[in-house]
Amino acid sequence: MPRVVVHVMPKPEILDPQGKAVAAALPRLGFEGIASVRQGKRFELEVEGEITDQVLVSLREAATTLLSNPVIEDVVSIDVEDAADGAQA
Amino acid sequence: MRIGVVTFPGTLDDRDALRAVRIAGAEPVTLWHGEDDLQDVEAIVLPGGFSYGDYLRAGAISRFAPVMEKVVDAAKGGMPVLGICNGFQILCETHLLPGAMIKNAHRAFLCRDQPLTVENTRTAWTSGYEAGQVIRIPLKNQDGQYVADERTLAELEDEGRIVFRYAAGATHGPAGFEANPNGSRHDIAGITNAAGNVVGLMPHPEHAVEAGFGPDQPGEGTRSGTDGLAMFTSVLRSMVA
Repeated sequence: MPRVVVHVMPKPEILDPQGKAVAAALPRLGFEGIASVRQGKRFELEVEGEITDQVLVSLREAATTLLSNPVIEDVVSIDVEDAADGAQA
Repeated sequence: MRIGVVTFPGTLDDRDALRAVRIAGAEPVTLWHGEDDLQDVEAIVLPGGFSYGDYLRAGAISRFAPVMEKVVDAAKGGMPVLGICNGFQILCETHLLPGAMIKNAHRAFLCRDQPLTVENTRTAWTSGYEAGQVIRIPLKNQDGQYVADERTLAELEDEGRIVFRYAAGATHGPAGFEANPNGSRHDIAGITNAAGNVVGLMPHPEHAVEAGFGPDQPGEGTRSGTDGLAMFTSVLRSMVA
């Protein structure tokens, strides 16, 4: 079953409190030299049947209406993960 | 006068909102997220809590509940709608109000009695206050930081649509957050739509409607605060008028 992977990130101009918390914890564990961290979301959507252009259009709409809030987040990528077809959308 | 209060899975403050409606002198009506029936109410409250566990984003899934389609239609038709805390987040997700809420800048859950300045008394929910009045009602959330782009913020400022701003005078909280409790842009605690019938705010007026059960009022006694009640009496008056 082909899988579509959607990555959502907080917009660059939006402060990311979760990323900030992770960034602050890293040096405490001895991981030095990391200037900043931003935390996003990864969605894995298993799709029934073939992934056509039409399916991708509808997944793109799902990504921008439900999976992300365009006020604070960007959909940074929608990738089809299929060995036979590594096409990027 | 029937005022509906919507219950979603994970809503916490519906009972207090119903009680506030009753104390204000209106008839409280329970509305269920899964039913697309507003039961002839004349105003609607979306109460606080963690609807659908706040999964995905606060308010993101509630937005698509069957009742919300009716709420959005009613709001666009001019019906007074008040979103408190999670209800405010839902109103933003439905785009009835601009902007969004992200995690508090200090990253912690914060619960305290919060002073607010009332800046707009022309909305359906705030006509009972005086402009510039400072009220004190409870604030309790983790995702309370209001954000919007500069253009939206300028629009809200220019059109006088910022209804409540955080003010100094809270008794505790993280250092650096004495007045603004969460990093909200322009100290915004609550806003309204252009028509003034839809209002959203993060603090909880429904927890400050009855002496003995409200926030502490410095100089007046513990739990004596009832500053939230005017929101519910305001809407009653605006509907009668």
